[in-house]
Amino acid sequence: MAGLDILYFAWVRESIGKDGERIDHPGGAATVADLVTILAARGGGYGEALGKPDKLRAAIDQRFVPLNTKLEGAKELALFPPVTGG
Amino acid sequence: MTISCRIGEVDFDPAAEIAALEALGGGGVATFTGIVRGDDGLVTLRLDHYPAMTQAQVDRVAAKAMERWPLLGIRIVHRVGALKPGERIVFVGTASRHRTAALESCAYLIDWLKTNAPFWKKESFADGRSAWVEPRAEDDAKAAQWEE
Repeated sequence: MAGLDILYFAWVRESIGKDGERIDHPGGAATVADLVTILAARGGGYGEALGKPDKLRAAIDQRFVPLNTKLEGAKELALFPPVTGG
Repeated sequence: MTISCRIGEVDFDPAAEIAALEALGGGGVATFTGIVRGDDGLVTLRLDHYPAMTQAQVDRVAAKAMERWPLLGIRIVHRVGALKPGERIVFVGTASRHRTAALESCAYLIDWLKTNAPFWKKESFADGRSAWVEPRAEDDAKAAQWEE
């Protein structure tokens, strides 16, 4: 099975304690929100960072997507809070 | 049309950015420089970012800006890493044959950067507190105005 690279930024990265990881791809039918639920269930920092999906934003292959987007064809998923640049 | 976008820890020289825009031969150059504010005893502002996505997003917004305004050039500089109050953090400059296009596109780009570029700010204060900056509804509203 193909892999999926996940990147974490800002307080998501701090709570989880790493800036990313590679996981087995959960399949094209799964959504970002499905994967967030699976990861949050790991508990600890994952639960803290990903337990409230309404506070999260996501990008698939460097493009912002809503959390109900399917992971079909995704190679890189980034999970982070709303951006605060500028 | 020339597009320059640099993300990095080093400071930049606004005069050099402006000179590059002036050299494009248009009649107007508009710029915005953002400076770190020292509100509430802020000591350090630290920026996290997602480099691969920043470049992709800037390419997209430059193309959008070009559809709306006849631009000759866009220059964007955004700093990352640790910054102190008074330091420059962001620069946006546009060049066009006409002032309205330069001024409007410059405002559009900085509003867009605030809500669409993958940067995250963390503030550290003199009393030892530190916190990630919360997004402001006002910034979302400003960026949304351009979508009309």
